[in-house]
Amino acid sequence: MSRIWGVLAWFAGIVFFAPVAWMFLTSLHSESDAATNPPSIAAPLTLDGYSEFFDGGAWPPLLNSFSASIGSTIIVLLLAIPAAYALSIKPVEKWTDVLFFFLSTKMMPVVAALLPIYLIAQFAGMLDNISFLTLLYCSMNLPIAVWLMRSFLSEVPREILEAASIDGAGLITIVRRVVAPIAMPGIAATALICFIFSWNELLFARVLTGVVAGTAPVYLTGFVTSQGLFLAKVCAAAVVVSLPVLIAGFAAQDKLVQGLSLGAVK
Amino acid sequence: MAVLTRERSVVDRPPPAPRKSYPKWARRAPLLPALIFLIVVTQLPFVATLVISFMKWNSLDPTSRGFAGFDNYVNVFTDPDLRSSIVNTIVLTASVVLISLVLGLGLALLLDKKFAGRGLVRTMLIAPFLVVPVAAALIWKHVLYNPEYGLFNGILNWLGFSAQPDWISSMPMSAVVLSLVWQWTPFMMLILLAGLQSKPVEPVEAARIDGASPFQVFRYLTFPHLRQYLELGALLGSIYIVQNFDAVFTITSGGLGTANLPYMIYQTFYQAHEYGEASAAGVIVVAGSILIATFALRVVSSLFKEEAR
Repeated sequence: MSRIWGVLAWFAGIVFFAPVAWMFLTSLHSESDAATNPPSIAAPLTLDGYSEFFDGGAWPPLLNSFSASIGSTIIVLLLAIPAAYALSIKPVEKWTDVLFFFLSTKMMPVVAALLPIYLIAQFAGMLDNISFLTLLYCSMNLPIAVWLMRSFLSEVPREILEAASIDGAGLITIVRRVVAPIAMPGIAATALICFIFSWNELLFARVLTGVVAGTAPVYLTGFVTSQGLFLAKVCAAAVVVSLPVLIAGFAAQDKLVQGLSLGAVK
Repeated sequence: MAVLTRERSVVDRPPPAPRKSYPKWARRAPLLPALIFLIVVTQLPFVATLVISFMKWNSLDPTSRGFAGFDNYVNVFTDPDLRSSIVNTIVLTASVVLISLVLGLGLALLLDKKFAGRGLVRTMLIAPFLVVPVAAALIWKHVLYNPEYGLFNGILNWLGFSAQPDWISSMPMSAVVLSLVWQWTPFMMLILLAGLQSKPVEPVEAARIDGASPFQVFRYLTFPHLRQYLELGALLGSIYIVQNFDAVFTITSGGLGTANLPYMIYQTFYQAHEYGEASAAGVIVVAGSILIATFALRVVSSLFKEEAR
């Protein structure tokens, strides 16, 4: 009986993985081998798709994406960790209300704010500016980060905190020696989720950036307008752009689950 | 049971009494930067959207700017394109969430069993969720669905079928749904799998000893335990998929009757420059998602209360 389940699970795994595997294989084929019917699986491998992608000006968008994603993740953590501290370890009164206010802003679809944000950017001369995009990504991820960090910080046992303060440890020592070691995995999970969401974002980037500050997803959308064969090139681009997320996500699968469920699943 | 959950509840636990040496402002101070930032960046633009939605404002015609009353809302609700985009949003969200939830449940149940290479299968199943959404949409459109040299028709050709359908034009909505189901099933699976693995073992063993069939175990023990995780998955999934832009934008460019509200707003604003109408549509999206969100918040807070600690 259990063998049937195993076979079934393997079958499902292969079906779901097939498009990813095919993307990877196609990225290593030449354009003419990529566009055949029936598909040519055993065609010779080449890195032409990749070199065409990188030579075609992929670096600036990739760097933009990195700076917007990493920059916003750092700012979000700097804002979210103190806030989460004030919602868990030394809670303010009505802290549940505050917490749910944070979450409720996440429920508001970003499209609703698209136009005023565009007008503000236009007015402030911040269109096509990666700092402005970074700031928006901060607001997009901050509620999630506050929720996650609160859920992780509330795992710090009260008794230890009290014992430390009775022993005369100051705030800084408590944060550094007691809270930080326990909260570190949570910070990692939060950073992972914030990075992935910023890296994937398309709508804001598409509307607010252009030639200078375009991110990798925007660059991808403009990739297939040219005539002729482009499958291998598109696959190579998709592989490269997805690679940071794939690596981070595979490396931290359990963190991914914690983060995606807003810390509800431990 | 009610007493038990009450005792375990986080929300009900009174926070430690504020010490006199620790004034209120000092407790609030760490919270303020995040709170102020969020209000400025997310709430104020929405107020602006609300204001613009009552204005007559086309960016290509700046002289005729003025108050429009409810005209924009009337236009949104009477414009057949915008109306159909509301329907499309509901169809798209509901079908993607339901299908990927069912598939995700099946996969989570499979992965909860022991078999050789379980870790590898789990990793393979997560992969679709980790492909950047717009890259995934491009791959589905050009590499899988393409009628001439796409993988789907290639496989049909291989298997000896002569049919070579044009997937996207013959079934545009299903094509978008399928690509999104592929991406979101792993998400549902991960949440449900975490739910399954947090399930206490003793009741299941006791039920087995008492002669319960596997179906009965699932129906009366596993499913009730999983319910809150199913709800969590459905609601988080809805929040993200209601806002989906990448797949519709890439696969059909909103054509062939697949434009959803986010795409429509994007188009009204980006191409038609109808600021007033785009804002009115935005306000409607918000109203709709407040409905979902009210549900969502209730589910999340109930899950929150049952957290064992």
